[in-house]
Amino acid sequence: MERSKIDVWVGIFVAIGFLALLALAMKVGNLTSSSVGDTYMVSAYFENVGGLKVRAPVKSAGVVVGRVDNISFDDDKKEALVTLHIDTRYHFDKETNASILTAGLLGEQYVGLDAGGDTEMLKNGDKIKMTQGAVVLEKLISQFLYNKASEGNDKTDKKAN
Amino acid sequence: MNPVTSTPVNDNIVEIDNLSFSYGNRMLHKGINMRFPRGKVVAIMGGSGSGKTTLLRLIGGQLKPSIGAVRVEGKVVHEQDDAALYQLRRKMGMLFQFGALFTDLSVFENVAFPMREHTDLPESIIRDLVLLKLNAVGLRGARDLMPSELSGGMSRRVALARAVALDPQIIMYDEPFAGLDPISMGVIVNLIRRLNDALGATSIVVTHDVHEAFAFVDYVYFVSNGQVVAEGTPAELRESVMPFVHQFVHGEADGPVPFHYPAPDYQKDMLRGASA
Amino acid sequence: MLKTLENIGHQVTDAILRLGYAARFFIYSLSVSGESLRRLPLVIREIYFTGVMSLIIILVSALFVGMVLGLQGYNTLQRYGSSEAVGVLVALALVRELGPVVTALLFAGRAGTAITAEIGLMKATEQLSAMEMMAINPIARVVAPRFWAGVISMPILAALFSLVGVFGGYLVAVQLIGVDSGAFWSQMQSNVDFRDDIVNGVIKSVVFGVACTSIALFEGYDAPPTAEGVSRATTRTVVNSSLTVLALDFILTAFMLH
Repeated sequence: MERSKIDVWVGIFVAIGFLALLALAMKVGNLTSSSVGDTYMVSAYFENVGGLKVRAPVKSAGVVVGRVDNISFDDDKKEALVTLHIDTRYHFDKETNASILTAGLLGEQYVGLDAGGDTEMLKNGDKIKMTQGAVVLEKLISQFLYNKASEGNDKTDKKAN
Repeated sequence: MNPVTSTPVNDNIVEIDNLSFSYGNRMLHKGINMRFPRGKVVAIMGGSGSGKTTLLRLIGGQLKPSIGAVRVEGKVVHEQDDAALYQLRRKMGMLFQFGALFTDLSVFENVAFPMREHTDLPESIIRDLVLLKLNAVGLRGARDLMPSELSGGMSRRVALARAVALDPQIIMYDEPFAGLDPISMGVIVNLIRRLNDALGATSIVVTHDVHEAFAFVDYVYFVSNGQVVAEGTPAELRESVMPFVHQFVHGEADGPVPFHYPAPDYQKDMLRGASA
Repeated sequence: MLKTLENIGHQVTDAILRLGYAARFFIYSLSVSGESLRRLPLVIREIYFTGVMSLIIILVSALFVGMVLGLQGYNTLQRYGSSEAVGVLVALALVRELGPVVTALLFAGRAGTAITAEIGLMKATEQLSAMEMMAINPIARVVAPRFWAGVISMPILAALFSLVGVFGGYLVAVQLIGVDSGAFWSQMQSNVDFRDDIVNGVIKSVVFGVACTSIALFEGYDAPPTAEGVSRATTRTVVNSSLTVLALDFILTAFMLH
């Protein structure tokens, strides 16, 4: 009598609980984009990783193809060693160029991959040779100011002449 | 002299031997000996706070004695492990002071509760058994009521039906008459006697209602200050000249059980207030 | 002076004693859980009373919390010209923190107090004793099903809270204020991680479920069998659960961020 009514309610309750979790995963979270499929690992040396974080996305042509797995400092080369997990569905050749880019002006940093022209593909454990580190804003600004300043000097020099 | 055997020589279903029990450092019982013969209704009487209810809990194994032992069918209760203790308790039924009915279950479900928990009987048989028990206490018509809709006497009768649901061999009653009107009291008295004889069980009734108890029990223990001070059949005790029994049976305010709680000398107590 | 010192000492030993007793109670409840889990109807009945009955308060609170987050988030973010990020803010705040924590606090107030009062009254009216005398273990029959019901209900309630909260934020930010709907959702999706945010939120709510339910059960079981004792135990359930949830939240967050 009473019991079946309770069972129905609890059944509905548990079901909408699971649906809510599913909706959170699909609609709010990024479960759809970060597939849990198989990955292979490649690594790359960067002169500077800037604000890159572990689990940051690896994108090619704007599509997420993998994730940053680990970031460490190589004491011999005095460079940062970044390992990437890349989805096995995607293949990149050995001349692929990896660069650290920023989403928007102040957004988070990610690794961008641009395909090269080699016929041989990257395999698990391979290294990407062509890399471009993060652009450090302070360096950029100081370079800009330096250029402006020297330009200004040129002008004043011209005027003096 | 050590009855370890499963077939006791005497026919006492419950025996209490030299039992002492203390709550913290307050000694409640000091060396109590009692015998409860099979098939009898035995009353434990004594003033309020004399530890009568605690005795029932000791028999049921809810408390452990400090010294001595309670034996049920020859088994020392406090030495049993959980499983064996639960096995032992299935032979007992207990009527709590205010019934202790499960407030979220109907009268029917309350009585069915022990059956559902302990047996795999099909629903139709459970229904028949529950109605049988409820009929025995005269409340078959009240099966769909909730405990909150019952009067004190009725809920105690339901609790009684629940206590005997599994046909126990020992039925314990904790103050079954407390707070009941004379009619309900008469009903309960009748039921205790009838159920006891019908089931061939042994009943232990804790009470302080002398007149009701003396009318139907077979044997009485008087407990005071943690000791058994008198025992005997109601007829013997009625004739007793022991001051305590006399005071209790006749309800006198002062006597061996003093009117005053132990206190320093009255005069001195008052003077101390003046000098402070 | 000596008296106060003595008092403090007493309170500390008392607290430790109670904690030890509570831990023993908790472990014992777990050890007899097998029996009650096999009898699923008992647990289902309790899920109805703790989970389903808490739905209204959880859902309504979630909607308002989400709407407030949407308003506040938009107000602050638009100053920096990134009002689309309001979706991220609402979602992360809910999924990581507010969902599990506020749900647990509301749960303690709604279901926790009910559990404490119910068990306290069952004890006061000797119902638990009566069960023991019927050779039925009250911990297995009464306590364990309620424990599991709480542990199961809490993550479900927390997930619903987060989802409805996000919906509330969406209502305010997109429908009311007019933030671009596409940007709202896409920013949210690219910044809320399934494992780091959603799964961690679920883990939190499970832990809170264990904490809230066992505190409520213990306070009820340990309550002095009087009207005053039960009412005090109910108050203690709310206070202790809330403090425990907030402290646990800090500890869990610290672990999860590393």
